Amino acid sequence: MAGTGAAADPAADDDPAADDLAAGDDPAVDDPAAAVADAHRREWAFVLAATARVAGDIDLAEECVQDAYVAALDAWSRQGVPRNPAAWLTTAARRRAIDAHRRGRTLRSKLPLLIEPDSQPEAPAGEEPQEDDVIPDDRLRLVFTCCHPALAREAQVALTLRLVCGLTTSEIAQAFLVSEPTMAARVTRAKKKISAARIAYRVPAAAELPDRLDAVLTVVHLLYTTGHTAPGGDNLVRDDLVERAIGLARMLQTLMPDEREVRGLLALLLLTDARRATRADAGGRLLLLEEQDRSQWDRRAIDEGTALVTGALRGGRPGRFALQAAIAALHAEAPSYGDTDWPQILRLYDGLSQVWISPVVALNRAVALAMAQGPEAGLAAIGNLERDGHLTGYRYLPAAKADLLRQLGRRAEAAQAYREALTLTSNETERDFLAGRLAEVSRPAGNSGGPGGTP
Amino acid sequence: MAEYLILIWEDESGYATASPEEWQAGMEGHGRFAQQVEEKGGTIISGRALQPTSTATSVRADVVTDGPFAETKEALGGFYLVEARDLDHALDIAKLCPAPFGGVEVRPVMDMPSR
Repeated sequence: MAGTGAAADPAADDDPAADDLAAGDDPAVDDPAAAVADAHRREWAFVLAATARVAGDIDLAEECVQDAYVAALDAWSRQGVPRNPAAWLTTAARRRAIDAHRRGRTLRSKLPLLIEPDSQPEAPAGEEPQEDDVIPDDRLRLVFTCCHPALAREAQVALTLRLVCGLTTSEIAQAFLVSEPTMAARVTRAKKKISAARIAYRVPAAAELPDRLDAVLTVVHLLYTTGHTAPGGDNLVRDDLVERAIGLARMLQTLMPDEREVRGLLALLLLTDARRATRADAGGRLLLLEEQDRSQWDRRAIDEGTALVTGALRGGRPGRFALQAAIAALHAEAPSYGDTDWPQILRLYDGLSQVWISPVVALNRAVALAMAQGPEAGLAAIGNLERDGHLTGYRYLPAAKADLLRQLGRRAEAAQAYREALTLTSNETERDFLAGRLAEVSRPAGNSGGPGGTP
Repeated sequence: MAEYLILIWEDESGYATASPEEWQAGMEGHGRFAQQVEEKGGTIISGRALQPTSTATSVRADVVTDGPFAETKEALGGFYLVEARDLDHALDIAKLCPAPFGGVEVRPVMDMPSR
């Protein structure tokens, strides 16, 4: 992982003799702009996290890191790309933060960050970073701060994209279909709360870790699902959000290799994403799992995900992400929808509903139950869910119910459920799918319309 | 250290219908809480029980109205002003605070520049 070694000296800016710091024969040297873009994607979190500790203020740290990236474009064009771009950028950003403190900007610091005194001995503001400084990897502090439970979920998500992934407010606003001023206000409010309520910049203690980690994993998963099924608009998948989520899961896996749920989350994302190319047809129509061309699934992602699941399930009671990943792995390994190991999937859902009490899990379990024991069993389970009311307004409940009714040939009831599902989704691809099914069950019943008949 | 206000929000009818034994248990709970805060390394600066919301008056944009701010079943029933290292420490303390008929709210106390 980059950034842990000795820092190249960005003061080499003014010193042509620093040429030996450049990775002379690296092809990236030919394209400093690409190297900066690459470092922005890969190293933003590392650089910001390490700079925040010195800056002691979130906004100042962000500003210094932005400046460092701008400076890098110029310096790398003239001197070549350094061997360790993260270290170069961190030293440059930290130097700017220290300069800002020298100029007395600390007094006007708007968003002071509570840095724990227990952190490793650290060059206090005002001291020059040394060339052989080992830069601590503070990315986990940054992630846990962004996903602190005292922040609203939507604020956690926005802050993670902004501070950990380095997205602009405008990019985050687009991803969540809100206006830029709305998103800017959300980010500012969250930063102010971190500062005013004194949310500490630290990795939680072992006792709180499971709960706090769950919040982090939930945010990453939410990013993935938002990208995977965009809540509105006509693209089913927003690739960038999906890739950011997988990137975050990989980062967490690198930083916390022993956490089984982190492994479970990464596995779940990889196994779900392996099907990305087959989720819609050429015309953009949503394809169900049973309609997807399994030969087009990404085998490499499936193999990696499956290997991770095995590790995530071992060593005690598996968590919710490990169990969901195990379910996804069974789907990925099945030769066809019908030949899926439904009884095993049903058992995994039973386990999942014990560790994670959620009506959405109960709905998915009902679908697995229908596959394992027939549509009537599934329909009865869905009926219970309708009565308890927790899923009122959740579009996949009427959609799942409609599908089971359709399979049973109860066309009028199916049509009513499809209509209800249609009122609940604004995703065009999903709407097209539901409208198609509605038209199908609304056609006058022909000879093929008997129970279980598929047109 | 920073100061936090722990606000106790509870369903008042719980206390209105509580037996003397339940009242006693409630008082003991708060006595225990005070002790636990010390053990946690926090400090209770002040704490009071409040009269029920039937005695409350709200002011919204200069308009004075009868009753509490929140339109929920829970009402502000008391508070502790505590000193804690950071929000996690304050939340740790808040989790110990008895509020059997509701919950508590933690508010950072504003640092006045005149200090």
